[in-house]
Amino acid sequence: MKRKILFFFATVLCLASFFMVLIYVPTEKDMGIVQRIFYYHVPLAWVAFLAFFVVFIGSVIYLAKRDTKWDNIASASAEIGLVFVSLMLITGSIWAKPAWNIWWTWEPRLTTSLVLWFIYVAYFIVRSYVAGAERKARFGAVVGIVGFLNVPLVFLSVTLWRTHHPPLTIFSGGLEPPMLATLMVCLVAFNFLYFYLLSERSMMKNDELTISLIKEKLARRNS
Amino acid sequence: MENAGYMLAAFIIIWAALLAYMFLIARKQTALRRDIELIQEQLEEAAQK
Repeated sequence: MKRKILFFFATVLCLASFFMVLIYVPTEKDMGIVQRIFYYHVPLAWVAFLAFFVVFIGSVIYLAKRDTKWDNIASASAEIGLVFVSLMLITGSIWAKPAWNIWWTWEPRLTTSLVLWFIYVAYFIVRSYVAGAERKARFGAVVGIVGFLNVPLVFLSVTLWRTHHPPLTIFSGGLEPPMLATLMVCLVAFNFLYFYLLSERSMMKNDELTISLIKEKLARRNS
Repeated sequence: MENAGYMLAAFIIIWAALLAYMFLIARKQTALRRDIELIQEQLEEAAQK
């Protein structure tokens, strides 16, 4: 029931975001139509950071309690976070080509974001190479906790170093009301989508674990 | 409408990727359901023996 409600709101809000980004919002004067990428790029980044924060929390609780439910939440969130951070990097690069005339540059925000992507790719590499469910979860939790240290660095990179990347103008009143409304709708839509995907994936991971345990027991009984 | 191609490309990539991810999840769910049915059959067979 909870998942159906999340899916319903995610679908309605994603459709609303479509309308607002493509039709409702006025075109920005300086950057033109390509600025509209921003309305999805920022929520993609926000959800990726949120997802990695959930990985961090899930990993800490797993190491404290050794309850596999928390490892399932953490690994499900890492998977979703990786999808969102990949899309954030791709959309940023597509925006950079007309705005900066380059697809990629090694400046602080872009570089720290790419490092973030590699950290969570490493999270899954570690999990796939380690044998045993308990060791897999334990090693993953360590990477999930240490990897999260890069998230504040990505967020603060625009203020800590000189960078080409535009600063965050949402809270400083740098956006016109229709632009802010569009961004908020996209942000809420992606949050609903994230929580829907998280509940689906963590439940599936719980089921996968239960099924593999039952299969093991059955195999032992049959042999 | 200068640079509209970049905006469209970004939109298509975002929604195609998200839909593809959701499709993969749906496929995994189907496989899980099949696994559960198989286990149920095995358990029923074991109970009959």
